[in-house]
Amino acid sequence: MTRPIVEPTPLVSQIERRLFLRQTLSVGALALLTGCDISDQDGVQKVLHAMSRWNDRAQAFLFRRQALAPTFAESDVVHNFRYNAFYPAADAPQLSAADFRLQLSGLIADKRPWTVEQIQALPQESQITRHVCVEGWSMIGKWAGPRLGEFLRRVGADLTAKYVGFQCADGYSGSIDMASALHPQTIMAVKFADETLPAKFGYPFKVRIPTKLGYKNPKWVTTIFVTNRMPGGFWEDRGYNWFGGS
Amino acid sequence: MTADIHSPTPPPDVQLHPLSRRMMHWINALAIIVMIGSGWRIYNYYPALPINFGFPNYLTLGGDFTLTEALNDEDGLANALAWHFGAMWVLVINFLAFVIVGFASGHFRRDFLPIGPRAFLSDLWAALRFKLDHSLGEYNAVQKVLYWGVLGVILLTILSGLSIWKPAQLKELTWLFGGYEFARVVHFFGMAAIVGFLFVHVALTILVPKTLVAMIFGRVPGASHAPKGDTK
Repeated sequence: MTRPIVEPTPLVSQIERRLFLRQTLSVGALALLTGCDISDQDGVQKVLHAMSRWNDRAQAFLFRRQALAPTFAESDVVHNFRYNAFYPAADAPQLSAADFRLQLSGLIADKRPWTVEQIQALPQESQITRHVCVEGWSMIGKWAGPRLGEFLRRVGADLTAKYVGFQCADGYSGSIDMASALHPQTIMAVKFADETLPAKFGYPFKVRIPTKLGYKNPKWVTTIFVTNRMPGGFWEDRGYNWFGGS
Repeated sequence: MTADIHSPTPPPDVQLHPLSRRMMHWINALAIIVMIGSGWRIYNYYPALPINFGFPNYLTLGGDFTLTEALNDEDGLANALAWHFGAMWVLVINFLAFVIVGFASGHFRRDFLPIGPRAFLSDLWAALRFKLDHSLGEYNAVQKVLYWGVLGVILLTILSGLSIWKPAQLKELTWLFGGYEFARVVHFFGMAAIVGFLFVHVALTILVPKTLVAMIFGRVPGASHAPKGDTK
């Protein structure tokens, strides 16, 4: 009796398939384990914080004092510009020109407060630049106002100091490096889209810095101060990078 | 094969990966995982793509939302950004070292070249039918193409990432990527390609576990043949 020659079943491949399944499961389990996110542990927070300080230094090194942030055409300007703050637009400060006084403190020679009219009377610089938010959205807008650097020179600020800090009417605060404060595109924006800066965008002025991320552009500024002691800031104290350059 | 199975001396181990390469491989693996996990959370805050898609939060890196809110009064983005811009340095420095050593040591030339189009097509056809031999120490044409590809994609993802990080200071680079908004899209698809590579890479490791042993210990006990690269 002749029987057809039967090839031996490929046992090996079956085993391999089973092995493959089992090992896939182990890899899956490993992936699930990473769900125990270590981000909130003290030691990890310290390392992340140290890396962020390192990034401050790296960004200060990368910063080009005279290089301009990209500028755009009038036709690129967004008309429905986004309101953005840590509270709804209805709660935004409504400051009146009659009551407003910009206070100056720290390493500044002439600390006399400034009225809205005085600020608006300074020579203005206009720019169409991209506002980049740390969250990832960006919008092109048109701002105009006096250069912060010129203002600091005028009031006799110590330009060799390290930091310029801001306090705002809504409890927000922030600070920047002196090099960025003196950058030609860093302005005290009193105008938005050729109109007086609206209340929801920071009337009477917002510090517009196209070389920095949105959270480094404080609105409703009521105090400007110059210091050598790191002042931190609202979001910076909550774990965001201090330099925040773009 | 004429090896005597009763021979008292076991076949020699095969040295596949020197220590430096293994270290760089695992540092790269860790950095890439941190970059992807934190990048997914950053993406979720403002998606680069105009479609309704987000990554499940449990797959992202940046800590527990409730805990972050309680500890830092912040809704969970700051940690992800800190991870991303911290691991960025590890990834870039390690990647540069890997590429420099790869070219200088001859590893790329010996193991990733040459790639003939004919060999690639026949290997690809075999691979698609799961008939492709995967032997230790010797790379088939599909693997060679994939390794060059992933090196190129990592470079592209690093450069598009730099242009998102510094659209003002590195504006020339951002311009090359078609502006800030488009650079984000390039960065996203660079990530997607890397994730695609990882799936294939890990699946093949599971199919041929010896490659994992080789990438951990550098050598595989009694591997039956010497790799092409180390026979002069």
